Amino acid sequence: MAHESISRTTYFTIFLILLALLVVTVRVADVDLGRFNFLAAMAIASVKAVLIAYYFMHLKTQTQLTRLFAGVGFAWLALLLVLTFADVATRLGG
Amino acid sequence: MHPESRFLAHHFDSLEQQHEAATMGMWLFLATEILFFGGMFTAYGVYRSFYPQAFVAASHHLDVTIGTFNTGVLLTSSLTAALAVHAAQAGRRRAVIGFLVATMLLGATFLGVKGFEYHHKFVESLIPGHGFVFPGPHARHAELFFSLYFVMTAFHALHILIGLGVMAYVIVLTRRGQVTPEHHPSVELTGLYWHFVDIIWVFLFPLLYLIR
Amino acid sequence: MKSHYLNEDYSVRSWLLTTDHKRIGILFLLSITLFFILGGAAAVAVRLELLTPEGDLVSAEAYNRLFTAHGVIMVFFFLIPSIPSVLGNFFIPMMIGARDLAFPRLNLLSWYLYMAGGLLGLSAIVGGGIDTGWTFYTPYSSVFANGQVILAATGVFIAGFSSILTGLNFIVTIHTMRAPGLTWFRLPLFVWAHYATSFIQVLGTPVVASVIALVGIERLFGVGLFDPALGGDPLLFQHLFWFYSHPAVYIMILPAMGVISELVTCFSRKRIFGYEFVAYSSIAIAAVGFLVWGHHMFVSGQSMYAGMVFSFLSFLVAIPSAVKTFNWTATLHKGSISFATPMIYTLGFLGLFAIGGLTGLFLACLGVDVHVHDTYFVVAHFHYIMVGGTVMAYLGGIHFWWPKMTGRLYPEFWGRLSAMVIFIGFNLTFFPQFLLGYMGMPRRYYAYPGEFQVLNVMSTAGASILGFGYLMPLCYLLWSLKYGAEAGPNPWKSVGLEWQTESPPVVQNFETTPEVTQEAYAYDAQEAEADAS
Repeated sequence: MAHESISRTTYFTIFLILLALLVVTVRVADVDLGRFNFLAAMAIASVKAVLIAYYFMHLKTQTQLTRLFAGVGFAWLALLLVLTFADVATRLGG
Repeated sequence: MHPESRFLAHHFDSLEQQHEAATMGMWLFLATEILFFGGMFTAYGVYRSFYPQAFVAASHHLDVTIGTFNTGVLLTSSLTAALAVHAAQAGRRRAVIGFLVATMLLGATFLGVKGFEYHHKFVESLIPGHGFVFPGPHARHAELFFSLYFVMTAFHALHILIGLGVMAYVIVLTRRGQVTPEHHPSVELTGLYWHFVDIIWVFLFPLLYLIR
Repeated sequence: MKSHYLNEDYSVRSWLLTTDHKRIGILFLLSITLFFILGGAAAVAVRLELLTPEGDLVSAEAYNRLFTAHGVIMVFFFLIPSIPSVLGNFFIPMMIGARDLAFPRLNLLSWYLYMAGGLLGLSAIVGGGIDTGWTFYTPYSSVFANGQVILAATGVFIAGFSSILTGLNFIVTIHTMRAPGLTWFRLPLFVWAHYATSFIQVLGTPVVASVIALVGIERLFGVGLFDPALGGDPLLFQHLFWFYSHPAVYIMILPAMGVISELVTCFSRKRIFGYEFVAYSSIAIAAVGFLVWGHHMFVSGQSMYAGMVFSFLSFLVAIPSAVKTFNWTATLHKGSISFATPMIYTLGFLGLFAIGGLTGLFLACLGVDVHVHDTYFVVAHFHYIMVGGTVMAYLGGIHFWWPKMTGRLYPEFWGRLSAMVIFIGFNLTFFPQFLLGYMGMPRRYYAYPGEFQVLNVMSTAGASILGFGYLMPLCYLLWSLKYGAEAGPNPWKSVGLEWQTESPPVVQNFETTPEVTQEAYAYDAQEAEADAS
């Protein structure tokens, strides 16, 4: 394929970062941060997902359109979550 | 005639067009997959917001060490899958096959560990439905957690299983010489799929194992 | 005799293994017609039961199974695949000057998935039926209902993937395979409408697949996912279900709007009024359509704040729909209108869609919805959209493109007559239901108080006329295959790309890839040329 390729060094670097983030997320879960535990876990997972998508899945070298299609699934999932919680979070006596 | 033109389907004008279509199709399919899992993530979110203590109590019955190990296995398999695509770009067919076999072994390891965990839950009577036993005050809501746990991880495992089948097929294609530096959509698209399955797990792991 | 896609090979095998989008379109045409007839038969039984106030023809139990069969078949196995899988499949590649869809084998797989899903759905109905309604609400469907819910759910699940693959195929095709010179703003609006629809199919369908799978798993393994006994939330099911199933309404109506844009221009001999607005409004409907699902849950215990948000958003979706309706009407203005059969269907669509759309605003309004929720008002409203809108456009499109698909002209007199019979029969069937609903007759009951009988008799009489109207095209279209006049490449003098090739088209669609040099609907230029010569 015509895309400029990503070097093996990059792949290994990203892999090590992913493993480091895995350790971080397990460790952070043991610290009591209240509701921020959940946010931290999701933030770390999102960073990992973005790294995988950007480097392993070559979004780095893809067209804007492909990036848009990659994002649209997540955007629509966000719609589903936000509007469902518009109900769940404000239901009286629930 | 260009040597790669044997790969050109009749309805496309050029290989570039054909590649663009294949890649775009795969990303759209992955968008579909996100929403498929998204339905279950929403269910998880709603029930966790309703019953936070029960979810904490239930989550404690999952083994974080095993979960962490399995996450590491899957992340490693993503690396080998990426290296398989890299080898395909360089036209190194033996390396492609080697990395795909490694990815498959890691995927199989993941499934084996998952099966071990399932068995453990069975022994502990934590299978939802008939005979679910959970100590403490949260039994009913903990059953919801375990229903979600099994459904989500089972659908994820099913995707791993499909990935293993697809990779076996790609290995056959590679051996037949269907993979060249200019033309290797089978390896590339399989890689995309595999990384996606990895991403799903990256979210499942903290949501299921790391609630405190 | 010229070689074309129909006569190049007559074997059954050549049809069942075809990857030609035109043949797959024909396969879909035959199969969805079959499902339309089956769903129609269930509707006939429902209307006959409602002829008298007493529940005398069928038992309450059987009635529940009948309206469920009608709903499941019509929604999942007729309306959703109808225009995209038949007309979209056949004409999107031709309209963009391509030789096929991007993934021909996926396209065939899509038909097989549809058939597998459809046959499973049918086996559920034959093997005892389901009484949950087409909406499969939990916990009734997941815990209590005693019908073939798992079979039906599996059928819907599989047919869903057929729909996803069709949408995915269209998006990729439209992005990557347009003929030279065919820029986005030269595309026929039929293509724009399908592009928007495809995104709903790709992004919405998996959610309903997911939730239907959860219902099936809950029934099969007794795993509580929506079970209130475990603290499960029935509203969760409704959120996930309607996240798809409300946008699914736009899967049904957007392609119909695409058809109307083609017909209204061709039979007014005019370019469309406000091309960009009609194009963008398709995208807007698809996007905003995802934000309104909660209006199905106004009285189901959803939070009132969510209800207010969903009510407001539901009103918003009326704007792009109105833009389209105004623009079609403006296209008619000062056009050289000819009342050919497709145009009569088009005009019928405009009137019926306006009524269906405006009554939708009543239902988007929180207070009014409390009054008419789950009454025949709702039934009438969505039949005006789905039958008055989608089926009218579908039939208009079938008539318009019949000469291209088969190479034969249908008999014009019978075409016009059937269009008018259907219009009259439709209104007689469904307008009384608005009145019934407003007076308080609930849906899904097999008996009703005596004072509702006159309107119900009118409705059943209308349904008989409507059914007769639908049988007419079935007869004369089949007749035309053998006895119809040769159509020639372009009987309507349309400027669309699909008309610039033989009828029926050659296997590769075009002898040489066409080059596009002008906008869509350049009827003014064509007329001027005709005047000059």
